[in-house]
Amino acid sequence: MTSHMLTRSLDRGAAIFLAVVAACGILIPLSNLLLPAGSFLQVPTYLVALWGKYVCYAILALSIDLIWGYCGILSLGHGAFFALGGYAMGMYLMRQIGTRGVYGNPILPDFMVFLNYSKLPWYWHGFDMFWFAALMVLFVPGLLAFCFGWLAFRSRVTGVYLSIITQAMTYALLLAFFRNDFGFGGNNGMTDFKDILGFNVQAEGTRGALFMLSCLGLIVSFLICRAVVSSKLGKVLIAIRDAESRSRFLGYRVESYKLFVFTLSACMAGVAGALYVPQVGIINPSEFAPGNSIEAVIWVAVGGRGTLVGAALGAIVVNYAKTFFTSGVLAPYWLFMLGALFILVTLLLPKGIVGTFNAWREASKERRPAAATASAAAEDGVTEPKMAEKRS
Amino acid sequence: MNVMDTRATSAMLYLDGVHVSFDGFHAINNLSLTLAPGEMRAIIGPNGAGKTTMMDIITGKTKPDEGTVLFDGVTDLTRLDETRIAELGIGRKFQKPTVFESQTVQDNLLLALNVDHSVKGTLFWRGSRAESERIDKVLETIRLTDARNRLAGSLSHGQKQWLEIGMLLAQDPKLLLVDEPVAGMTDVETHLTAELLKEINKTHTVMVVEHDMTFVRELGVKVTCLHEGTVLAEGTIDQVSSNERVIEVYLGR
Repeated sequence: MTSHMLTRSLDRGAAIFLAVVAACGILIPLSNLLLPAGSFLQVPTYLVALWGKYVCYAILALSIDLIWGYCGILSLGHGAFFALGGYAMGMYLMRQIGTRGVYGNPILPDFMVFLNYSKLPWYWHGFDMFWFAALMVLFVPGLLAFCFGWLAFRSRVTGVYLSIITQAMTYALLLAFFRNDFGFGGNNGMTDFKDILGFNVQAEGTRGALFMLSCLGLIVSFLICRAVVSSKLGKVLIAIRDAESRSRFLGYRVESYKLFVFTLSACMAGVAGALYVPQVGIINPSEFAPGNSIEAVIWVAVGGRGTLVGAALGAIVVNYAKTFFTSGVLAPYWLFMLGALFILVTLLLPKGIVGTFNAWREASKERRPAAATASAAAEDGVTEPKMAEKRS
Repeated sequence: MNVMDTRATSAMLYLDGVHVSFDGFHAINNLSLTLAPGEMRAIIGPNGAGKTTMMDIITGKTKPDEGTVLFDGVTDLTRLDETRIAELGIGRKFQKPTVFESQTVQDNLLLALNVDHSVKGTLFWRGSRAESERIDKVLETIRLTDARNRLAGSLSHGQKQWLEIGMLLAQDPKLLLVDEPVAGMTDVETHLTAELLKEINKTHTVMVVEHDMTFVRELGVKVTCLHEGTVLAEGTIDQVSSNERVIEVYLGR
């Protein structure tokens, strides 16, 4: 059944995307580790870490595209799930520091000693084990999304109202995590990480491995998203997006579908956050800032929602631009540029980069004479029945 | 279609003393109506007579303030939501054709098929021969076989109306509620639609709301005229259209 779902979900664009991600995931760390420093083809370590960050953002963008592009749920609080996944990983990394902290306490992380904690809060137990932390990376964002979604979707909160309450959710978490007595390091968050699974997080080898894992995470997330959207469930999601009440009258329990896809998406965002934290070396409450979530939605809009590849591409393009522009003289104007980008994309490229490209390719295909259509369809190798019919 | 033989207890649909008001406006007033199994009923009435509101009540979109709504003699529809009512076997075609525009004609029918509608069922769904045969049959019935791979949004208005009727067929409900099926159709299309509904009525109970009198006459079934949320007259089209109260309501007081 799984193999059937995989073959059905792979078209040429998806295959190219996966090949590129896999190639980057292998070649970039290898070039960093094997080639001599300063060589033309050697990727410097700081770039490996930076690009690793982009790849994590691409996973977050995919998770947003899954719910926004395919089910019409515009979450303006997805950064919260990303940050929660990040915190779960951060807690594991904090426990790994052990006696190497400033205060040398074998159990309590530095900030707890500093804040006069006498013992480890109950919710910190278990995070010294990687498997437990990894489970929490999925479970905590998933549980929050499930509870939040259960209440919101059952009460039929949709559209802009849902967007506003997701925004409120991430803001509430921001305020909570800022508090010192909340037990997650308050304002400063968690940093000074030493080891992950016994490897030094600062070491080049570990960074290369984390980059590789992030690319693997992106590939797996992409395959999961493709399998979901190309199944019949994907058709139901689009039906809900386009005509929610019609889907109800056909006998689909809309709230269950939304809940499923929202929870799945939150788990993916959590994984993205967990891969992000060891690469940037810090997690603090600013990750919950509403602005972050909105920025992530812009990546998806720029790349093209409802295309998956576009979401990942958008995340990488916009973040590359952000790095480029915020490091030069234009730095103070970055937010204006981001705002302008969003307005321009909305006005001129409502389908985003990939969406517009697809539409253009469809149109040029239709212009070609009928004879060419058959060969084009064959060369596409698309598994959709639409194409199969055309050939016959 | 003989309508006098079955009543109340064995009724497919039974409405009694139904009231609905929106902010003091009484949309439905002491409405009582029975539909026998296998019957086709045409509902007429001027604008604001409560025809669509009545369908909203039957399909669970609107909850009545008081009154009884029974389906198949046993199920109280006022307690259930849209999804549950659809699962029980009540299908609805909307006044404004509502199809899934960004999906193909074939996929629209696939979505409507009355198979497993659970999240798990659709996630692990694999097409079966029986399903595609049913879709082929429906496509033939609604004359859209050649358009099966076109996006529903690119269909003409009349074709969309048919596609929506086709979705009802794929859903295969016990009771079909059809709201203004021939609105915006040409005379030929209207005639074909009447034929189609008569064909459907051989195996299903149907309730049709329609303004078009030629169409209602062509259906040749019992007619109920609603006015201000209550039944004004009931009988054959000739009886109803010669009723003085009906004429008064339609021509103005």
